[in-house]
Amino acid sequence: MRVPLSWLSEFVALPESLDDLTGLLDDLGLVVEGIEHVGEGLADGVVARVDEIHAIEGADRIRRVIVDAGSGPLQIVCGAMNFVEGNFVPLAPVGAVLPGDFAIAERKMKGVTSFGMLCSGRELGLGDDHAGLMILDDHAGVAPGVALTALLGIEPEVIVDISPEGNRPDAWSVVGIARDIATRRGVPFTDSAIALPRPSGSGSVVASISSPDLCGALHVYEIDGVTVGDSSPMIARRLEQAGMRPVNNIVDASNYVMLERGQPTHPYDATRVAGHHLGVRAARSGETLVTLDGATRTLGTPGRGLGDTGVDCVIVDGNDTVIGLAGVMGGASSEIEESTSKVMLEIAFFDPMTIARTSKRLGLRSEASHRFERGVDFTQSEIVASRFVEILRMTCPNASVTGYANAQGALPELPRITVSESDISRLLGTSITVEEAARLLRGIGFGVAVDGVSMTVDAPASRLDVRPGAAGRADVIEEIARLYSYRRLERRTPLWPQPGGLSPVQQERRIIRDAAVGLGWSEAWTASLISDEDLAVTDPTATPIRVTNPLASEESIFRTSMLVGLVKSWARNAERGFSETTLFEIGGVATHPDNSTSPRRARGGVGGSIEMNLPVEREVLTVVLGRIDDDATTAVASWSVLADRLGLADVAVVSAEAPHGWHPTRHAVLRDVRTGHDFGRVGEIDPSVVRHIAISQFAERRLGILEIDLTALRDHESVTRRDVRVPVPSRFPAATFDLALVTPKNVRAHDVRRALTGAHPLVESVTLFDVFRGGSLPENTRSVTFAVRLSAPDRTLSESEVADARAALLAAAGELSATLR
Amino acid sequence: MSSLEETLRHAVSAASEAIVATATVADLLAIEPEVLGKRAPVVAAQKSLGSLEPDERRVAGALVQESRRAIEELYTAKKTELEELERQARCAADALDLGDVVPQSVRLPIQAGSPGVVAITQRTLEDVFVGMGFVVAEGPEIETDWYNFEALNIPPAHPARGMWDTFYLDLGEPETVLLRTHTSPTQIHLMEKAVRDGSLPIHAVMPGRCFRRDTPDARHLAAFHQIEGLVVDEGITFADLAGVIETFTQAYFGPDIQSRLRPAYFPFTEPSAEFEITCTICRGDGCRTCSHTGWIELGGCGMVDPAVFAAVGIDADRYSGFAFGFGIDRCAQMRHGIADMRALNDNDVRFLRSFS
Repeated sequence: MRVPLSWLSEFVALPESLDDLTGLLDDLGLVVEGIEHVGEGLADGVVARVDEIHAIEGADRIRRVIVDAGSGPLQIVCGAMNFVEGNFVPLAPVGAVLPGDFAIAERKMKGVTSFGMLCSGRELGLGDDHAGLMILDDHAGVAPGVALTALLGIEPEVIVDISPEGNRPDAWSVVGIARDIATRRGVPFTDSAIALPRPSGSGSVVASISSPDLCGALHVYEIDGVTVGDSSPMIARRLEQAGMRPVNNIVDASNYVMLERGQPTHPYDATRVAGHHLGVRAARSGETLVTLDGATRTLGTPGRGLGDTGVDCVIVDGNDTVIGLAGVMGGASSEIEESTSKVMLEIAFFDPMTIARTSKRLGLRSEASHRFERGVDFTQSEIVASRFVEILRMTCPNASVTGYANAQGALPELPRITVSESDISRLLGTSITVEEAARLLRGIGFGVAVDGVSMTVDAPASRLDVRPGAAGRADVIEEIARLYSYRRLERRTPLWPQPGGLSPVQQERRIIRDAAVGLGWSEAWTASLISDEDLAVTDPTATPIRVTNPLASEESIFRTSMLVGLVKSWARNAERGFSETTLFEIGGVATHPDNSTSPRRARGGVGGSIEMNLPVEREVLTVVLGRIDDDATTAVASWSVLADRLGLADVAVVSAEAPHGWHPTRHAVLRDVRTGHDFGRVGEIDPSVVRHIAISQFAERRLGILEIDLTALRDHESVTRRDVRVPVPSRFPAATFDLALVTPKNVRAHDVRRALTGAHPLVESVTLFDVFRGGSLPENTRSVTFAVRLSAPDRTLSESEVADARAALLAAAGELSATLR
Repeated sequence: MSSLEETLRHAVSAASEAIVATATVADLLAIEPEVLGKRAPVVAAQKSLGSLEPDERRVAGALVQESRRAIEELYTAKKTELEELERQARCAADALDLGDVVPQSVRLPIQAGSPGVVAITQRTLEDVFVGMGFVVAEGPEIETDWYNFEALNIPPAHPARGMWDTFYLDLGEPETVLLRTHTSPTQIHLMEKAVRDGSLPIHAVMPGRCFRRDTPDARHLAAFHQIEGLVVDEGITFADLAGVIETFTQAYFGPDIQSRLRPAYFPFTEPSAEFEITCTICRGDGCRTCSHTGWIELGGCGMVDPAVFAAVGIDADRYSGFAFGFGIDRCAQMRHGIADMRALNDNDVRFLRSFS
């Protein structure tokens, strides 16, 4: 809402400094989005007549000009070429300050002193024309020395652009903003407008409402003696400054009153409204209307928005023909024309939600719809009509109200709320007396009856945002706090006995991230929304979780995996010359409910009344190892570091069929041996995926990959952790030996290690340290070598104890067909 | 005519024999000129059509096309088959039993890694709040309209829904499932759970990723991170809210940075406030960043609206509460002077490694 300050100051005394005013507005919740100065610096400008023009020796871009600005010849050096002797032009004399704090002083150019500056329109802040000087010859009353402000009829003006919050229907008007300021400053709010009595007869006009739920009140004024023309310069200028285009004196009067009072009105050419009858009803499905902007609108049809009933409120004439889209935009058929002499003025209250839905559905927002959907003050129709006529009479002195009709529908009930001093301090933590609260509330139109330390508050029609009951009490206390100033409210740092902290899940996430960083990896953030093509790489058969209204098709599906995003990020870095990079991401992926045996269930729909199936979200760590020589082996080694940091007790790396996007024969799942649950995988990216994404220089690069389902990892039933109780290592020497075992290829090294570890109580540790294939080994076998440590807590082991243990280990190995090499 | 048919039949059978006989993709590519290229009989036959009468040409042309297509299909099928075989062979040769990897024998390169700047910032913020007695809670990124809007006092078709540009998902009724536009739905989950478990009070902060349908530019990303706070307890007032904001501001930004509140509107809080902090660039003197006001906006806050308590079934006569929220990415941007937010998800390692 753009507010010229001269308009605002008709109603309230403003602080002298603009900074104080904007600070005050901000603190009232009337956020100042911008400030515009119009005609700033114009005040010092005068009209000058060009009397002589001379060339300056050695300069072809500037000339010496002698002007008369009312006090004799004055020498000016000027670079413009678009004027001749006898022209009237604007002069900024020495001492003037032009927009942008540009102070004019005596200046010497090419040895010639200039006593001022002749100006273009842009230099004066009067538009974009900077092709040359502004030529003033055509203005009435032009003469040397005349002040520019007087000649152009422009007063210096400051316009503040205020962005009212969603719960401030009153702040969409000059009057509403003025009331806030007056109340806060404790100065009077003065409104000189007087409501004129309504005519006793209805004249020729008729008003009717057939959908009382859509329209609470309809007032129709018949105004005769109208001549269509331009508005007075003051009205037109203020509308322009407020951001509205002047149209003609009738439309302008309607807009002026709306900006001033917050009540949109609509003027009709009475002769173009059948039966001089304005009616309100719901549009029938499929009815059409040509709106003022020339577009044909189809009405009464539900959109796809949730809860959209498709109800449009329309204005009809005596033939029940739709002539306007109530509260949103008028129809072309009854528009004011040059010939209009009798006007029907509609002042109404429309159901805010209906207007909001219509406006959203048709994508049609107007200054009027904006105000109706927030709720207009339905008690001020008389003053609005009077003000309309008053402004109209500035150009149509003979205009007069000759008839009036109205119809009533269902108006919102204005809540009555009791608020006590303890209610205020209980919510705000600051004590404010009811007397003070009452003064503040009354200032913005609330009705207040004080009774001891309590008060009964009647919300005004200008504040339809105020709700009944407990919610309304909060609304009222917010108003008290706002007008009192949030900055004056107390502050207190609360204490509570419950400790703060991170959950085990959050702690573990930090451990993982720290371990990843320790391994030299860089954390990436790839898009959660991916393309169909990306989805097909890892999950070609998945039902996509598709965005209805994506910004671009590349980001239209919620990801099921971060693999493609990370490979693409790696490839982009490689292209830039940074291929020595490992990227990891900890982020959310999701599975469509149709692809899940146990989808997430949650309430949804209007009123949260439907129990819905939702995607299952999981948190995943994905690592793409892209440094030179990185491959599946690196991924396994990296995994072992993470497994240690996570305190996992018994995880095997088990070769398994690879999912899409993974190298088919270099892939293994991470399996908790005790529970049999898989919670991650290691391997390499499918070479064909790398070839597809990376530039040719890196097309044959092996990329290791590691993926851990952190959500699965958190399931204590399926993941076995190391015992937190730890044995104290023996102080006695350990016996160590290596076991090189030949095993069939399909026997897992992990199983052998596990068997050896459990084979004898003296085993301290068994570590795989070599795997060997080929040579003299039989086909389909390989040799695995383990380092074994034996120890006892209380003694040095005897040779026979060691021999016994070794035999037990070999026997256990034998059960897995592993024999000593 | 019949001689053309004869020629074509012969060409097709010769070509298919040749195709079937190939054993590698290279072999297949080598015979391509003979069966489908310039030297191929079908191609020659096509060229000879020009000399025929129009009627004849039509019939003969169809025959040639048919033969050519037959050979092409065979060729393509064989190519796919051979490529797959070769891929399998390559993979078989490349096979590695990952269970046999000896981690100790793998030498990992030594290099400093780098956590994401959003993650670092989130951690610092969490730590400040944990120190103030908050627990950290999390919620899903995909939500229903109930959690994201209606339970937060934003009914369907309410103009306030326009405050958030929402990505909706093709699930259920239109506009019921969406990518959360703020972390506030986690508040609802938390309060519902506390009511269900009888575990009030709540003192929690809720960080997480949110989405808004906003074309990315230097100041906005379509995905971003927020941290939200919620306190529901007995005797909580607006003074506690202002105090918590002030304590946080000084703890996170430094003792010379202050906070202040100004009225605002959010459907889920009443009274509502926008909170501003001393401009961290000019320390309050006024500069371009703060539009010469000395203050910059950080986030929104307010006392939990009675309608929200009603939606989750909390007794508003006994409990009161406040909520606040602000951008994690924005804190990161402020602390590190990141000129363009798009750097945050560009994943350029030169940027990522700055946070080693």
